[in-house]
Amino acid sequence: MAATTDSVKADASEAPLLNKTNLIAGWMLYLVFYSFIRWYEGVYGWSAGLDSFAPEFETYWMNMLYIELVLEVVIASTLWGYIWKTRDRNVMSITPREELRRHFTHWTWLVMYGWAIYWGASYFTEQDGTWHQTIVRDTDFTPSHIIEFYLSYPIYIITGVSAFLYAKTRLPAYQEGLSLMYMVSVIGPFMILPNVGLNEWGHTFWFMEELFVAPLHYGFVFFGWAALAIMGVVNIEVEALTKLLKKDLA
Amino acid sequence: MSASQSAVRSRAEAVQVSRTLDWMILFTLFTAVLGGYHIHYMLTGGDWDFWTDWKDRRLWVTVAPIVSITFPAAVQSMLWYRYRLPFGAVVCVMALMIGEWINRYLNFWGWTYFPVNFCFPSNLVPGAIILDVVLMMSSSFVLTAVIGGMAWGLVFYPGNWPIIAPLHVPVEYNGMMFTLADLQGYHYVRTGTPEYIRMVEKGTLRTFGKDVAPVSAFFSAFVCIIIYFLWHYFGRWFNKTDFISGEGI
Repeated sequence: MAATTDSVKADASEAPLLNKTNLIAGWMLYLVFYSFIRWYEGVYGWSAGLDSFAPEFETYWMNMLYIELVLEVVIASTLWGYIWKTRDRNVMSITPREELRRHFTHWTWLVMYGWAIYWGASYFTEQDGTWHQTIVRDTDFTPSHIIEFYLSYPIYIITGVSAFLYAKTRLPAYQEGLSLMYMVSVIGPFMILPNVGLNEWGHTFWFMEELFVAPLHYGFVFFGWAALAIMGVVNIEVEALTKLLKKDLA
Repeated sequence: MSASQSAVRSRAEAVQVSRTLDWMILFTLFTAVLGGYHIHYMLTGGDWDFWTDWKDRRLWVTVAPIVSITFPAAVQSMLWYRYRLPFGAVVCVMALMIGEWINRYLNFWGWTYFPVNFCFPSNLVPGAIILDVVLMMSSSFVLTAVIGGMAWGLVFYPGNWPIIAPLHVPVEYNGMMFTLADLQGYHYVRTGTPEYIRMVEKGTLRTFGKDVAPVSAFFSAFVCIIIYFLWHYFGRWFNKTDFISGEGI
């Protein structure tokens, strides 16, 4: 008890181990943004999202699709480029404290990745189910898809690849090679997006909006399993953190 | 990096760092498992889970436990075998059910206006508790598969019975007899409403009358044992900490 209640203040001149502002701001950014998106769906899904040949569909939904696709490409290339460009070329020479600080930053990225996966794979994917049960769409780009496939999935892909790149470029624990499970945990969920091609291709052949468990959807299931690879990433992290903290916790 | 240097300034800071990381790890594990488990479950057993008029005595009882024992088995292989944490199945089920309840309320009701008493999710908690308790007490994944897996299949229907029973009472409507759940479905038309799509009470098993649900649960329990073994080994694979060479990729 005493150990946990002791004052543990870092030096005033030193950056904190965990930047709580970034953590909370990132978490809130996703929450506020997706709350806005949900409001937008509620207002314009019914009023402008039922007939893809109507001019208001172009105004409120297709324009949204174009804007989000452009922003995703710009944000992904900027963010990934920045993380790679500012990589540490002497990553094996950092101090243990700096390594611990970077692990916290890495975990901030991973928290964001888990949070983004929740919104994409859980919230907006099951939401798509109730939309299909309610309306019969006349386009691949029905409102729920514009949000689910082309917004929430790219956002978790951008976040996941960023986390992977951060670990690879800044943490000694990831310098042995490429972590198999880290790649599975990022590439597997990423593959859900290309699998949309199979899904939409199949839906142009077979009319089956009515059955969510249709075999055509099993590609999403298979790649969804890859989320479990986060367990391998956690294990690597626990081993690395144990090395850093073990003698101080003994 | 110097081995003599320490990453923390005191034991107190080490404890605080450890606690903070625990929460960050748990949050990430919880949300990532939630996403993967939810997309798996909704696309393999979702239709039976979405609507009360799909929650029948035969296919719901058979399919839902079989497809839902997967992630708990895999996560148990991590949390118990690596960290001796006896709540892998409960964590999975709580994650899934939180994701489902948020969705049913905010989207099924909030966006498309299906009442919550028509689209609430199935209850998986009793089976999860049994699965975790069996693993904790036996420390054996074989016993957990055989006893826990069988229990997972068998308790699913009793675990949902208090919720679904009032909706399975018969009613007469326009000269036809069906259940209250069917009546809900009749009034809330969906693309999954037509009887040629709705996979409910199909086959000759229903001629067994009152035995339909127990026989279905027993069959489900049998398959759950096999699925538990399979997913335990999937879980072990996902727990690997291997690195591969970047050459040739």
